[in-house]
Amino acid sequence: MKLSFSIAKRFLTYSKGQTILIMLGIAVGISVQIFIGLLIQGLQDSLVQRTIGQSPHITIVSESKGASFQIEDTLFNSLTKDDRLIHVGKTADGAVFALTANEDESALLRGFSDDTATIYDLENSLVDGRMANTNDEVVLGKGLATNLNVDLNETITLQTILGDTVEVKVVGIFDLGVSAVNDSWIVSQSELTQELFKLGDSFTGIEMQVKDVFAADTIAASLEPSVDSDLKVVNWKAQNESLLSGLNGQSISTYMIQLFVLISVILGISSVLAITVLQKSRQIGILKAMGINDSQASLIFIFQGLILGILGGILGVGLGVGLLVMFTTFAKNPDGTALIPITYDATFIAFSGSVAVISALLASVIPARKSKKLSPIEVIRNG
Amino acid sequence: MANILELQHIDKIYGTSIKTQVLHDVNLSFEEGSFNSIIGQSGSGKSTLLNILGTLDKPTNGKVVLNGKDVSTLKSKELASLRNETIGFIFQFHYLLPEFTAIQNILLPNRIKNAKVSKETMDRALELIDFVGLSAVKDNPANKMSGGQQQRTAIARALINNPRIILADEPTGNLDSDTAEQIYKLMRDINKKYNTTFIIITHDQQIAQKTDRIVEIKDGKILLDLRK
Repeated sequence: MKLSFSIAKRFLTYSKGQTILIMLGIAVGISVQIFIGLLIQGLQDSLVQRTIGQSPHITIVSESKGASFQIEDTLFNSLTKDDRLIHVGKTADGAVFALTANEDESALLRGFSDDTATIYDLENSLVDGRMANTNDEVVLGKGLATNLNVDLNETITLQTILGDTVEVKVVGIFDLGVSAVNDSWIVSQSELTQELFKLGDSFTGIEMQVKDVFAADTIAASLEPSVDSDLKVVNWKAQNESLLSGLNGQSISTYMIQLFVLISVILGISSVLAITVLQKSRQIGILKAMGINDSQASLIFIFQGLILGILGGILGVGLGVGLLVMFTTFAKNPDGTALIPITYDATFIAFSGSVAVISALLASVIPARKSKKLSPIEVIRNG
Repeated sequence: MANILELQHIDKIYGTSIKTQVLHDVNLSFEEGSFNSIIGQSGSGKSTLLNILGTLDKPTNGKVVLNGKDVSTLKSKELASLRNETIGFIFQFHYLLPEFTAIQNILLPNRIKNAKVSKETMDRALELIDFVGLSAVKDNPANKMSGGQQQRTAIARALINNPRIILADEPTGNLDSDTAEQIYKLMRDINKKYNTTFIIITHDQQIAQKTDRIVEIKDGKILLDLRK
């Protein structure tokens, strides 16, 4: 064992150029694997973040559209205590007409309670003014404010379909980055909407965000039994199937690229190692004549594969991470943030590194078997 | 004296479709501590004979008894370790590993036997390298030595495990006559000092004349077995 290892080491250091070449081959393969893997992961994360980061992942609403319902304290408390969820809030919404002296627009009046404003990151999305603090204050979407031609601190009238009206003051204007929302949302506190729509102390929905966005469907399913039968639990995955299938397609193509990179790494290593068996057949023949047994002879090549895999893997991880650091440093948005934010996923990097070791080991099996079959007389006879 | 190595009715046939019989019913035995030579023209089958003696090749028919053991009953692993401990090889082309220095090459058969090189073995290696007159170049890489030096290193390597038998295939074949003479003397000294059995295959009539027994092979048969 030790002898095989020291012979393997000696063989590798003796032909340095060749060793460095194989190591570089492994390293480049692994660095591409890490670079592409983490880049696509970052791309998908930022795409998901952009799509659903500022919206609820799971909502609980009535089966009949827009109907209000009582929220039991026990249910809501259990939701806020659920450690799979991060933000939980209640909403009381309804359709209104927003009226000014000269303009009128139909709008969705949303009454937020608890953590709902945090889900939408509303406070940081304000482009002007502040959040609504009292029952006669609202914030408007950017597009809606333009259409109504209102400025901060002006008063508008909200009229329900039933004809009830209330006068409110515009204290803030937000931009949530989605024009459909910016053009139609008016956000207030839930007390205002409950009073205007005569909901009493009932609400029209519970909204929440989850820690692991891709687990939203299973979490939603697990919540289902604890809510009343006339309510339904909706998750973002069910509502964004086309996005998900796009992400899936991207993932599959990434796996394909990684697979082929891997195959070419394995082929590269095994072909070079196969050549080293030919180069070293004389030495192996001599060692066998001196009494080295077949498994010791095979181990020499297994160890060569192992050493090359470990060194190549370390080099590849360094190279891949280096490429990513360069990419995030130089590829930037105009505002200075990274074009694609990369998360250095230690598990993925460790996985890619071990792929190098495992593929090098696999690649060394063929030459190891070959060396097992090598007979010392062939070497001696051929001089 | 006891026979250390015995060949009984050895046939060797190469090829499956076109059969070439290289050895015909060869019976040969060697006494412990004897100094023998095998001569014969190229193609006479002497190298095949040596490979069979050295357990590197298997006879088609017949029995090889090494140190009292029938080698055909041994598994490849047992055979490898028997070879490692009982037989030292010296080849025409020295066959040192160029990746290792002279002293490391000498120690290799011992490292195959024991995982760790003991102090005694190290002393023996140094004694051997002194014996073959290479103390000054012991740390040179194997490929940075002259032909004679390499062959002497190979002899020291063949001796490290204190084998009972040394098989030498044209040990002086690619050396000039002066160096060949030195190598011969060295082998004789070893034979006397360690009582090691020598079986030397050679073309060199002069070398063969100096051994205690000359076996001549022709067309796969023993033509002459001359003992002094």
